[in-house]
Amino acid sequence: MSDEKIHISPYKSHIMVLLGLIVLTVITVLITSVEMGPYNTTAAMIIASIKGAIVLLYFMHLRFDQKIYGIMVAIVVAIFAAVIVVTFFDYLYR
Amino acid sequence: MEEQTEHKYLPNYLEYRGKYKGLAGWLTTTDHKRIGLLYFYSMMVFFLAGVVMGILMKLELISPGEQIMGAQVYNGLFTLHGLTMIFLFVIPGVAAVYGNFFLPILIGAKDVSFPRLNLMSWYLYIIGAIVVLTSQFMGDGPPDTGWTFYAPYSLKTQTNVVAAVTGAFILGFSSILTGLNFIVTMHRLRAPGMGWLRMPLFAWALYGTGWIQLLATPIVGITFLMVIAERLLGIGFFDPAIGGDPILYQHLFWIYSHPAVYIMILPAMGAITEIIPTFARKTIFGYTAIVISSMAIAFVGYFVWGHHMFTSGMSSTSRWVFSLLTFLVAIPSAIKVFNWTATLYKGSINIKTPFLWAICFIFVFMIGGFSGLVLGSLATDIHVHDTAFVVAHFHYIVFGGTGFAFFAALHYWYPKMFAKVYNPKIANLGLFIFFVGFNLLYFPMFYLGMIGMPRRYYDYLPMFHNANILSTIGSWIMATGLLIVIINLVRARRGTGKEVNDPWDGKTLEWTIASPPIVENFEEIPVVDHGPYEY
Amino acid sequence: METITTHQHADLHRDDTAAKLGMWLFIFTEILLFGGLFIVYSVYRFKNPVAFELAHEELSITMGFINTIILLVSSATVAISITAMQKNDRKITLAMLGITLLLALVFLINKYFEWGGKFEHGMYPGSELMKNLSNGDMLFFSLYFFMTGLHGVHILIGMILLGITLVKVKTGAVNSGKYALLENSGLYWHLVDLIWIFLFPLFYLIH
Ligand code: HEM
Ligand SMILES: [Cu+2]
Repeated sequence: MSDEKIHISPYKSHIMVLLGLIVLTVITVLITSVEMGPYNTTAAMIIASIKGAIVLLYFMHLRFDQKIYGIMVAIVVAIFAAVIVVTFFDYLYR
Repeated sequence: MEEQTEHKYLPNYLEYRGKYKGLAGWLTTTDHKRIGLLYFYSMMVFFLAGVVMGILMKLELISPGEQIMGAQVYNGLFTLHGLTMIFLFVIPGVAAVYGNFFLPILIGAKDVSFPRLNLMSWYLYIIGAIVVLTSQFMGDGPPDTGWTFYAPYSLKTQTNVVAAVTGAFILGFSSILTGLNFIVTMHRLRAPGMGWLRMPLFAWALYGTGWIQLLATPIVGITFLMVIAERLLGIGFFDPAIGGDPILYQHLFWIYSHPAVYIMILPAMGAITEIIPTFARKTIFGYTAIVISSMAIAFVGYFVWGHHMFTSGMSSTSRWVFSLLTFLVAIPSAIKVFNWTATLYKGSINIKTPFLWAICFIFVFMIGGFSGLVLGSLATDIHVHDTAFVVAHFHYIVFGGTGFAFFAALHYWYPKMFAKVYNPKIANLGLFIFFVGFNLLYFPMFYLGMIGMPRRYYDYLPMFHNANILSTIGSWIMATGLLIVIINLVRARRGTGKEVNDPWDGKTLEWTIASPPIVENFEEIPVVDHGPYEY
Repeated sequence: METITTHQHADLHRDDTAAKLGMWLFIFTEILLFGGLFIVYSVYRFKNPVAFELAHEELSITMGFINTIILLVSSATVAISITAMQKNDRKITLAMLGITLLLALVFLINKYFEWGGKFEHGMYPGSELMKNLSNGDMLFFSLYFFMTGLHGVHILIGMILLGITLVKVKTGAVNSGKYALLENSGLYWHLVDLIWIFLFPLFYLIH
């Protein structure tokens, strides 16, 4: 029993996604070797988030699946981010 | 697919014989109803053990000085009492027993989505319980940290913390898998016509609970793993002597354990929400408001954990932030109380035992809630933190909330679960004694806390004596009431059955099927064309 | 891109969507399990910025980089194996699953040497050396061992799942009409990759 539409991603798209991820990895390594002060970490985390989003959207198929999965992932990520922010109300102002 | 041409006899879930008979049949069952009862019986054992521990503690506190135990035994006892009551009774609590038994029925399904996983959750529960209990006998004595395992003491004490924490970790997994199962079940197995907004509110409560179980439990799981690693390998996470931050432990612990109180209370509120309209003989007031407030509680409840830490030394910014958020979460809880009372307004009330339990629930829950506001507001909490006031508060909320709802639900669904009728007079008498005892036991503790009696001590100053005597006597009265209630139900279980499919004239799906329900609940999956409470 | 709609009623008890939803929910739990550790990490890094930056120099970026690439490739091979299964090409499915498992093994071997190097220098949880580190360094390495260790455990779980899937594809129990297990093991494997994507910059690339 399955009432989902099946979307088949072609091989080529997987290869393209992989190449994209590798390029991003190289970029992170390069970027973090340049002196940018606190922005190094920011840049590294932004790139990691982009990579994560790509894995979620393409490899984990969120882009083609029913919306509900994507919504759930977004909510989970948002809750987790908010928990970190609230925790840091303590550490930032202690 | 089989066609039901002629009416054939369908065995009910109690008499059904699968591959194995007797006990083996129960231990290998994947029927959600039987699993619900497995939880029920094991939970009652743990609950009663916890009650005995509570009574022993109260006996110790009847007078200042050492009565029946010394400091170390008392410390071990409140730890085990807390662990048992929290992790073995109220966290699985209403969801594991009545959620398992009734969720599929309420939404018109034959079972949960993953029946075998469901059985596995029960086994994890039992294994976790056993591991927790081994902490009492192995190693260097029973843990004495309190159920909260605060660092750095939990890292330093010689007692057997590792076993207790490992057990709690396993119990967490059991809880996660139950929540996962319920969420998937509600997404996939609602009967035709049962849209999300036609689900009974108990189901909605379980939905919110499931998400909390899923998203909060892993945080405490990993925290417990870190405590284990720190104790066994000496890697420092929380020990301030080597750079760790013990307040971070408290953050992580309460990031789970505050939402955990919603794991305890949401299903309880859900059960009460089933009971009220049935006995008011009126549709529930504000269905959507209740749905939204359930989800709002689940959501906002994530961000208030710091109210347990006002005196821990965290920054003053986060103190007022947490205080503010705590007041926000009180709103949806209050909305529920308004909905219940508004449902009663102008209803034709049918005063029966489950209804009385529900009313008592609302009463004690409100006392718990109001005292919670005292604790949630920064200035007053500083005064009563770590006193008997807190003990009174959480017993009113957790015991008064989840415990009362557990028994309310038991009296409500008992005829459906077992097709037996209990003696209502004795049931009401038991409740009355229980209720009086409960208040006598815990109310004095508010007073004691306000005049400064600290919690977690086996001894106290003579100035606290009088109120403590009252409280201890209350514990005996309450135990008597509990005994009457339980004996009444056991006797009913033994007694002869009656054909009672719908004793309360309920409108939700469980009242449309046979008592006890047949193995797959419905002879034919129902088609739903109206909301849950149409009177 | 092809789009097919299926409606199978052969097996009433089978609900692939439920299985997939269940796997996603489990993944959320896993994300928060590591989430707790990320909270701990960010708090301690915030409190010990200098120590973390110096301590990370003990880790080899090359090692971390190689392992990142390995995991990314293995994620792609799992994705390809699913496509192959949908196209009913069992050979490619099996080959890709085999490669994935192999890559996972290589990852673990790398990890073994990486950890082994630390152990040889007397740097392991509970060692004398570690006890005598400064606070910030000690926290860094505690977190390093704990987080990469837990991640390693997840690699093992993922390998077991993929191994079972491989066998079932071989026996035909998993086939182009019934491959929920393959999809879900794949999802789990991507999760393992996803976590590493964050671990890599947080431990190896601090600047
Ligand atoms: C007959 C029933 C009960 C009695 C007499 C009782 C009594 C007590 C007493 C005397 C304490 C220790 C206070 C202190 O010295 O700090 C305590 C602690 C506690 N109780 Fe109960 N209790 C009962 C039922 C329950 C129930 C049903 C729950 C939960 C649903 C519960 C949860 C707790 C918890 C979490 C603690 C805190 C343990 C700690 O400090 O670590 N109790 N109780
Ligand atoms: Cu709280």
